[in-house]
Amino acid sequence: MLQTPEVILPDVYAEKMAAEKWHFARELEDEGIFILRETAAQFERPAILFSGGKDSIVVTHLAVRAFAPGKVPFPLLHVDTGHNFPETITFRDHLVKTLGLDLVVRYVQDSIDKGRVREETGKYASRNVLQTVTLLDAIEELKYDACIGGARRDEEKARAKERIFSVRNDFGQWDAQRQRPELFNMLNGRIAPGEHVRVFPISNWTELDVWNYIRQEQLEIPSIYFSHERAVFDRDGMLWADSPHINKMADEIPYNTKVRFRTVGDMTCTAAVLSDATDLLDVIAEIGSAEISERGARIDDKRSEAAMEKRKRDGYF
Amino acid sequence: MAQSPNDQIKIMDLLRIATAGSVDDGKSTLIGRLLYETRSVPKDKLEAIDAASKRRGVDFLDLSLLTDGLIAEREQGITIDVAHVYFSTPQRKYIIADTPGHFEYTRNMVTGASYAAVSIILIDARNGVVEQTARHYYVSAMLRIPTVIVCVNKMDLVGYSQERFNEVIAEFNKIAAQIKPDNQVIHTLPVASLYGDNLITRSAKMPWHTGPTLMTLLETAEAHEPRKYAARLPVQYVIRPRNTDVSLHDYRGYAGRLCSGVLNIGDKIMVLPGERCSTITAIERAGKPVTQATAGDSITVLLADDVDISRGNLLVHPNAAPFTRKELQVRLCWLDQNPIAPGKTYILQHGVNRVRAKVQALHQVIDVAAMQATESPAQLKLNEIGEATLRLSAPIFADDYADNPSNGAFILIDEWSNTTAGVGFVVPAGVSQQPREGALGSGI
Repeated sequence: MLQTPEVILPDVYAEKMAAEKWHFARELEDEGIFILRETAAQFERPAILFSGGKDSIVVTHLAVRAFAPGKVPFPLLHVDTGHNFPETITFRDHLVKTLGLDLVVRYVQDSIDKGRVREETGKYASRNVLQTVTLLDAIEELKYDACIGGARRDEEKARAKERIFSVRNDFGQWDAQRQRPELFNMLNGRIAPGEHVRVFPISNWTELDVWNYIRQEQLEIPSIYFSHERAVFDRDGMLWADSPHINKMADEIPYNTKVRFRTVGDMTCTAAVLSDATDLLDVIAEIGSAEISERGARIDDKRSEAAMEKRKRDGYF
Repeated sequence: MAQSPNDQIKIMDLLRIATAGSVDDGKSTLIGRLLYETRSVPKDKLEAIDAASKRRGVDFLDLSLLTDGLIAEREQGITIDVAHVYFSTPQRKYIIADTPGHFEYTRNMVTGASYAAVSIILIDARNGVVEQTARHYYVSAMLRIPTVIVCVNKMDLVGYSQERFNEVIAEFNKIAAQIKPDNQVIHTLPVASLYGDNLITRSAKMPWHTGPTLMTLLETAEAHEPRKYAARLPVQYVIRPRNTDVSLHDYRGYAGRLCSGVLNIGDKIMVLPGERCSTITAIERAGKPVTQATAGDSITVLLADDVDISRGNLLVHPNAAPFTRKELQVRLCWLDQNPIAPGKTYILQHGVNRVRAKVQALHQVIDVAAMQATESPAQLKLNEIGEATLRLSAPIFADDYADNPSNGAFILIDEWSNTTAGVGFVVPAGVSQQPREGALGSGI
């Protein structure tokens, strides 16, 4: 596949890369807590954008640690597309209850009913793009001035260039060319009325850091991250979960197999991977040797080479 | 490497690297190769790059495509903003802040390099030291980055010539000799990043280079050691639980990230401003009690006395307090389209503390490429570096940047656009007025 000029890969590096995957930089936890405290101090109405995925779960637990023994001084906002994995919603409600958090939910279905957005049609119909409108409407309605997300810079090229405090204009848009410089530990959250800031406390974490932190802190995560039997079908070289939300073609026949999910988005935009990983150790080992990147299993990113940058400019998460 | 309580998870040390180079000197390729050879790039990303390389008509894996992410960059073929890249070895986790080399983007270089423990400067062996090289090194010296690695790249295009390498290094040393901070270590090495020579394995084509490879230098470089400086705890947030839990009724925790030094339970501390003293009775990190905190830890401290403390206050040891200053001598790097000029006012943010600042005087602007200073400029424009006196609405509790980098820098915020317009470094009072030996003096 690859023609590279004279690739020298010393055995020592090849071996250790496979073997040494258990590590967590403590500094990342301190940095995340610092960012969350700055957010609470610099903004009047922050909220955590909660998706039910492992990254927003880690951010939520960091917030609990940042303000302990006090209560987390902001709510979770979940934009519910109606196309979630049912396991995600069960988990969300359980988490909110056990950690004593406030939860606010806004529904894409309401945006559709109000005529704010129109449902996509066809084979690839999804509510992934629609949820941006619901999110921006919620931010305006609830007057949130800081929205805390679990995005990481290692996920995707456009995210690699985003700031920790990332200013959005009053249309919720990201302007890559006009980002504020961020120097040392000084975060500048000053904004004009109508603008808001997206805050990314785990910007510098990698996928493995997240898993190792989950393991170290023994955090609960939704069951779909682990291997389970599920009805799937093949499309475009990926495994799609069978669900009533997907427009299946006549030749797309579901079958049962053992899979897990590496990221958790909507059922219409998250592909499954074949896996026997039933616990955290298995999952971490699997990621260590995986040949496909995390967002490689995101159908929404495959729309074009610059799909993420375009969605971010429109106000996406 | 320490062991965490959960004994299978190693606590890794994290090294931040800033990379800088001019347009086309192969920086993105070098980073791409580090990722590739440490197995940090998944197969699907490599396949995408392979396909994109072929579309562009190159017959090798164009590793620069790994970092050149934004649409505008792909259109122009240059890197326009700071990108963050991650890789790890059994020794360390690495964060590279890849900053562009185009002269208009010095501001991004300062931004990307602000946290770095190592700065990698690339020089194209064919072109030798250019204006950008001087600019990059000046920033590395101004920020007092502990380790600088000068990579003379594209050695394959100069026949792997030792003579050419020595010429380039001699040119570089002429610049470095004028401004190198005392405790900075500079390494030089010849590389051919397209082929991986001297990056991870020693080059067979340059047996004359007997020093370590780039990876060995990175694995052994010293990380920042802010714990060796005096303790500085800027208070970010006061935690007062409003729960019904009676045991927490009197809980008052001062939360912040210890920016330098060490704090222990039982330590006497002083609060600035006001110089009131108390004793630390408890320290919590991530919600759990600890007996000691070291620089970098995000902690909450509890005190023996009910002292009135709010955000922006600084906790220090009474015998090692920083200066309390309402007038600051500073070195500035300007980051905004709107120039700074005497008489203008800004919001100064030092750590988490904000005050107003008025520009009392601009003393000089430094032509970094020519290493010449011009006295009393009318303004500092985007990407310019100079010296100034600022007058503050209230004192800040800063150290000279050279004495404690983690408590010696600040940003200036434009109060109309709210953007971060400049970054400053506190220099010893009176230095700007003193006569200098060379054009730039010494000891940035």
